[in-house]
Amino acid sequence: MKITKEEVERVAHLARLNLSVQELETMTGQLDTILSYVAKLDELDTTGVQAMTHAFSVSNAFREDRVTDSLARQEALANGPCQNGEAFVVPRII
Amino acid sequence: MNPYELTIAQAIGQLAAGSLSSRELTQSCLERTKAVDDKVKAFLVVTPELALAQADEADMIRARGDAQPLCGIPLSIKDLLCTKGIVTTCGSRMLEHFVPPYDATVVEKLKGQGAVILGKVAMDEFAMGSTSENCAFRVPENPWKLGFVSGGSSGGSAASVAALECPGSLGSDTGGSIRQPASLCGIVGIKPTYGLVSRYGLVAFASSLDQIGPLTRDVTDCALMLNAICGYDPKDSTSVRQEVPDFSSSLTKGLQGMRVGVPREYFGEGLDPEVRAVVTHGIEVLRDAGSEIIEVSLPRTDYCVAVYYLIATAEASSNLARYDGVSYGFRDMEVKTLMEMYKETRSQGFGAEVKRRILIGTYALSAGYYDAYYKKASQVRTLILGDFNRAFEQCDVLISPVVPTPAWKLGEKAENPLAMYLSDVLTISANLAGIPGISVPGGFSRGGLPIGIQLQGAHFREDSLFKVAYNLEQGLNLPPQRPGIA
Repeated sequence: MKITKEEVERVAHLARLNLSVQELETMTGQLDTILSYVAKLDELDTTGVQAMTHAFSVSNAFREDRVTDSLARQEALANGPCQNGEAFVVPRII
Repeated sequence: MNPYELTIAQAIGQLAAGSLSSRELTQSCLERTKAVDDKVKAFLVVTPELALAQADEADMIRARGDAQPLCGIPLSIKDLLCTKGIVTTCGSRMLEHFVPPYDATVVEKLKGQGAVILGKVAMDEFAMGSTSENCAFRVPENPWKLGFVSGGSSGGSAASVAALECPGSLGSDTGGSIRQPASLCGIVGIKPTYGLVSRYGLVAFASSLDQIGPLTRDVTDCALMLNAICGYDPKDSTSVRQEVPDFSSSLTKGLQGMRVGVPREYFGEGLDPEVRAVVTHGIEVLRDAGSEIIEVSLPRTDYCVAVYYLIATAEASSNLARYDGVSYGFRDMEVKTLMEMYKETRSQGFGAEVKRRILIGTYALSAGYYDAYYKKASQVRTLILGDFNRAFEQCDVLISPVVPTPAWKLGEKAENPLAMYLSDVLTISANLAGIPGISVPGGFSRGGLPIGIQLQGAHFREDSLFKVAYNLEQGLNLPPQRPGIA
């Protein structure tokens, strides 16, 4: 076994997902199959190989430090599932 | 011939000659869509009024003599590209009511050319899938054989073009999502070099792999559309600041001096004999056109799927963390605490495949596993890129199948995620290496399903890709066929 139900539950919490009993069962089996498959990478020796971050060399992309137009507040709020015209509203945090 | 049957280049000819207006062309495509889309199910939303208004505007621009190449051409757009004022769902319940306040750069560029947007087309949820069956709303079917998959994740794009609902579409390709549906639906689709096309306004799946590209009925149209959407964009820091050539100028006959590589690992076990025969014939066509055929090796091909499903899921788990129910998208309004708001919103808003990939990615990035999975995969990715670089020292373009088999029945692989992932084996390496790849129609199976041929090139060598693709298309000279849609 590459992964247990308890580990899937822990990862689901990290990913902020609730899994039903049935989902947990199915996902654990499927994740185990997938993780067993990707373990084939262990066949390759990667000692000293640099991890790839970009397909070709790129350096930092900076733009000029100049103020440009951005979204108006009403437009930015328009897709909010709960908003009061000034801000997004969420459940009480403290 | 009905206007909806015209390719982009043919339509441009008639529009320029004044024998066709954009309104007539757009009307024709809308009527065709109305007639066949109940069966093909490519569109999630059609915007007829907006399209006809854009068509009238295009006709006015043309009358003024200011028409750019795509002026007045109706197109469909994959539903993960932001369209200002038009709902953009990404195939997900999570974004069912999301109306973007801005256009993606590629959409802005198309509109700037005077192109007409017919509507938004179906896709796998967040572009995760190989059949479009993960779409939360509607699953497109293969226009050549209903009940068979159109491919994915840009299944709606491919189906809409193959079904003659529109002459071209914009899709996106993270592991084959343009080339694979293009192959299964018998059309042309290109994934450009990473950085050639701006990703601004593309709903992100795996940012180091995602790239936008066109799907069209022939190679000429594909070059025309890529011309219109490529180029540096300050809004995408990974778009590359360099001159872009006119890809249409690559479409000339004759391949003298061109070296075409045949990667032996792409012709291994599991390759359908009919697919093998089509690609073998394609190789002969390229030889006859004057190119030199060379056998090459990409020794890490067998590891690409494993690398991909760690890197793509890791990036997805990070990108999709933004769907938290706060600033846009679905939210469960019933829950009382912040943690439950996050969890219930995400659990109800995402479908099974998206959850599965978020879980794999979160696991691969979590403390204690990062080195074994994500770092290891990124190192093997370096080796894969090295394999391609060595191959492109020996040849200019690689030829191979796109998908190991023709289209399969809807539902056939839906219960086995790993089997589905393995069907992407021939396309995902281009995304890992950042190189361009194109799918060109190569023929048909005995069952009447299209089979595509893939060409891959070195970084920013779309010119070579188009030249070889054009010669392949001309040399194959497939008899014109129209899907029966039955």
